[in-house]
Order: sequence, then structure tokens, then C-alpha cells
Amino acid sequence: MAAAASQDWPARYFHIDQILDKPGPRTDPAFAAGDGVKDFLRTKAKILVIGAGGLGCEILANLALTGFKDIHVIDMDTIDISNLNRQFLFRQKDVGKPKATVAAEFIMKRVPGVVVTPYFGKIQDKDEDYYMQFNLVICGLDSVEARRWINATLVNMVDPENPESLKPLIDGGTEGFRGQARVILPTFTSCYECSLDMLNKQTQFPICTIANTPRLPEHCIEWASVLEWPRVFGDKKLDNDDPNDIDWLYKTALKRAREFRIEGVTWSLTQGVVKNIIPAIASTNAIIAAACCNEAFKIATSSAAFLNNYFMLIGTDGVYSYTFEHEKRQECPVCGGEALDLTISPDTTLEQLIETLTERQDIQIKKPSLSTPIQQLYLQAPPQLEAATRANLEKKVSELVSAGGEVTVTATTLPFSLSLRISYTT
Amino acid sequence: MIKIWSMKKNEDAAAKKKPKTSAAQIRVQKDLTELDLPSTMRTHFPDPADLLNFTLTITPDEGMYKGGAFLFSFAINTNYPHDPPKVKCTQTIYHPNVDLEGNVCLNILREDWKPVLNLNSVMVGLQYLFLEPNPDDPLNKEAALEMTKNRDQFIANVKQTMKGGYLKGTTYDNVISR
Ligand SMILES: [Zn+2]
Repeated sequence: MAAAASQDWPARYFHIDQILDKPGPRTDPAFAAGDGVKDFLRTKAKILVIGAGGLGCEILANLALTGFKDIHVIDMDTIDISNLNRQFLFRQKDVGKPKATVAAEFIMKRVPGVVVTPYFGKIQDKDEDYYMQFNLVICGLDSVEARRWINATLVNMVDPENPESLKPLIDGGTEGFRGQARVILPTFTSCYECSLDMLNKQTQFPICTIANTPRLPEHCIEWASVLEWPRVFGDKKLDNDDPNDIDWLYKTALKRAREFRIEGVTWSLTQGVVKNIIPAIASTNAIIAAACCNEAFKIATSSAAFLNNYFMLIGTDGVYSYTFEHEKRQECPVCGGEALDLTISPDTTLEQLIETLTERQDIQIKKPSLSTPIQQLYLQAPPQLEAATRANLEKKVSELVSAGGEVTVTATTLPFSLSLRISYTT
Repeated sequence: MIKIWSMKKNEDAAAKKKPKTSAAQIRVQKDLTELDLPSTMRTHFPDPADLLNFTLTITPDEGMYKGGAFLFSFAINTNYPHDPPKVKCTQTIYHPNVDLEGNVCLNILREDWKPVLNLNSVMVGLQYLFLEPNPDDPLNKEAALEMTKNRDQFIANVKQTMKGGYLKGTTYDNVISR
């Protein structure tokens, strides 16, 4: 990337070089002070940013200014006028355009020498080969589902034979005045799925309150969306992004609010409740993005010890932060559990495989249920599913699972699951 | 770039190839194959290859709903167990905690759902509603009111509506167990 380097003006990195030119008391022994580390950061490191929203805009700006030169960004959204107060890479004229594209152009114009490659689409569109090209991944997402997907993908990619397959994942998240930043080293540290039960749940009101004793404007809006919508429209799905649907909910909620003399139902509150929008706070995004980029810089350069592994920020009453090591959960369905390579004869039947699992000293599973990513092989219960999969018992495993294929085993005696990788003797 | 590979580590815990089966899918497999249901509850899968959509039939063997067979649909999304299963009663029944659209008032289906709960807890919770209807959390207000005001009349209404037919402007489904 010679073209990019030529854009560096004198003293551009004066401050950052204070850190990179000499080791400090806590730098990693492998730290290559001076040109080695600068060269890696500025010409070799390739980083992926997922999300170009509130957090993503901050992350992109920070990365570009700390010296990352090859940045990729994925986002599936287009710019909405309500984003403009905090997503500072976007202007009024950009409304309706893809966030990823506009953000990439803005950064490249503002910070010479940086190449930002946008992708306007879903993270699920990309495969392992795509993710394999990066040194690091930073997430600034607001969706639990997307986070679970990228986390599972990066954990799955780790190949014991290939150190390069391990991609550190830095995950930032904010909710109003709260936020967290964490470093996930797939398969080494606790992963996103390990901490799923720690998530702050969105406030949900008991359905009977909504139905009978509404006291808040939110109760009326939930009544409209949870009870009235399906009653009136049947199976037709509510589209949160369709202004007509929100309009119907707003009017329905307003009527109910009048009936119960409740004030405060507005169009924007309706949209907020239905889409579960927690007001985004620009300063929270800035703090969390800074924490994430600080970790990216430390991991990419080994210039200082990185976060181990969870930083949380609570800014609701004053400012409080807490850093701790979130522990791996043994029963985590993504990174926990056991994995086993099993070599069997191509003539082995599924029933014989199950016998092996129950009898082998090192496995000893009681009543295992087996499936592949595409089908159920044998389920012990409920009776109907047992009957539906019973015919597979007599089949050869080699007809059901290709060589190198994976089988997920669950059983009451396992903390969560066991994964088998099947290969066949020749 | 840090060298994670050379970090001192627990060899057993590190770097194991895991299957591509989604966490939700594995969890549903685990939940379903480890269901511990009494004989009063039975699942049915319209498509046995689809573990995410099925029905549950509850046939209470005691209490005022004894003799009925109550049908619920379960729909599980790919964000399970972060999201609870969506459960609806597919019949029109007379019950203080179930409305005429089939919505069910059960705390663990909504405000009190946690990923550590499972399908078994939801099913047991549903069955409990038929053993101990709770007029304090009403979805069918009239039924709840009747239950607190005049328990004998309420029980008579339950018996009558379970056979199907008409009560105060609503036609109920015949749910008598065959
Ligand atoms: Zn995990």
C-alpha cells in the first residue's frame, strides 16, 4: 500500500509513535518496537468493523486516526434522518443511502491514506473465507442475533492446526447510559454465547396488565401491537419499518389511552416501544468505541496488555465502571462442551455408532440423541420423533454423514453437547 | 499482533472444531429429547424434521378442567433461548388466563423468561394453569370475575363451555378428550 503511505504528512503519528518506538514496563516480550510494529499496523493489519451506526461511526474514525490503513466495514442499513444527531459521518444529503458506503467515503476523504472497503449487506452473506482475511474483528451492533452469529462463526473457524484462524473479536455495545466492551479470543476466553444470560432484558410488561389494567402509555402501545394486531390482522406480520403499520398501532394505542385516561402516547413513543429503541446516547457510544479501539490497537501492536476480558460502564447515576474476567461456561453451546474425532468403518450402522458412544470408557453417554447441521439422525424422545428417526438406526453412518462431517450429540449426562467429527477407515 | 497461540493455556479448553449446527438448534434438540412430561401432556410435530414448530396437548387428570384436551402451538425462533418460545392456545376456551384469541398469561412466557428456563418449564407452567387458574392475573376478565365472585357458577361455566357451545356471546370449542 505504497500510495497510502505517501499520504502521511510530517509528524502525523508523533503521539502514537511515543507508544510504538520503545517498550514500556508492561509490554509483551514479543513487542517489536519501532519500524517492525509500525509497518504491521500501517501496511499489513486488516481489520473488519461490523456495524456503521452509532458505535461504528466512532470506531471507524478512531481506527483511521490511530493508524489502521486497511479497514473493511459491513452494515445492512440505510441512513435515516434520526441517525444524524450522533452518527457523525452522515449528512442530510445522505439520507436513504447505505451506511457502510457513505461512512467509508467520508473516512477516506477526511483521513488521507486510509482505505475503507464497504459492504452494504448482512454479515450472514459472507463465508469463512471472507472472515479469514482479517487480523481482527470489531463489532458495534445493536442486535443480539447478529452478535450470536458472528461469535459462533469466529469460534467455528478456529482450526487447531492453524494459528491464523483465530480472529480476536472485540465487541462493543451500548444501551442508553450503559455500555460494555469486551475482548473475545475465540475458544480461549469466554464467548458472547457464554454470557447470554447476563444480558439486560428489555422491559416486558405482564400480558394481563396490558390486557386489563394499563397505567402507562407503553401498556397501551403493547396492547395494540401484542393483542390487537393479531386479533385484527390474523397471521399478517407486523412490519416495524413500515410507517403505515406504526401509524395503525399509534392510532389504536391512542384510542385505548383515552379510554383509560392515560397521557403520553405519541407516534415516536409507539415506534420506540415496538422497535425496542433505547435512546442512544452519543457520549456512551464515544466511550465504548474508544475502549474497543484501544483494545484493537493494543492487540494489533502488542504494545500493552489488553483487556481481560469484560469492561462495563454504567453512566445512569454518575459514572461507574467495572472490569472483570468473564469465565467460559463449560455448557456453552458454542465454545463449551467436548469435541471428539471418531474414525469408524464405512459399514458401521447408526445403531452401532450409538452403542460405541454408550459403551466406550472415555465417552459413556446415556441415551444420546444425534443430529447433523442438516438433519436429525436419531432422537431418543419424544416418542413421535423417536419413531420418525428410528429407520436411520439400520442405515450406515456413511450414508448419512459425509467424511469429515460433524454430528452433534446431546444427552442428559452431558453438560451441553458433544460434537463428533466422523472419518471413515478405508 | 499478539501471539495468542503461544499464550499459556489449558490445552484441553482451547481450539476445538465445533459443529455448524446453530446454538438454538442444539438447545431445542436438548430440550425436546430431555422432556420429562407426565402422561397428561403430549407433543405433536406436524413435520418431524422441523423441531421449531409443534403442538402440545394437555389433558388434565384433576381439577375443574379434567376431561378436556387443550391444544397449544409452539413456535421457536432462531434466537432461542434468548427469546422465549411463542405459545398460543389454538382453541377458544373459557379460562381466566387465556383470552379468546389464544393468548396465554404465563409469566415465564414473557416478562420472567430467562435462557436458563427450557421447554419443559414452559409446559409444566401451562399445565399448572389448568390445575390452578389464577383470577388475579386475568386475560379473560369475565371468567376471572366469575371465578372470584361465584366459584360454583364458574365451574359450571367451565364444564358447559368445554362441551362446546355458547356462553354470553361467545362460541367455545368442544375440547372434550376422546
Ligand atoms: Zn461460549
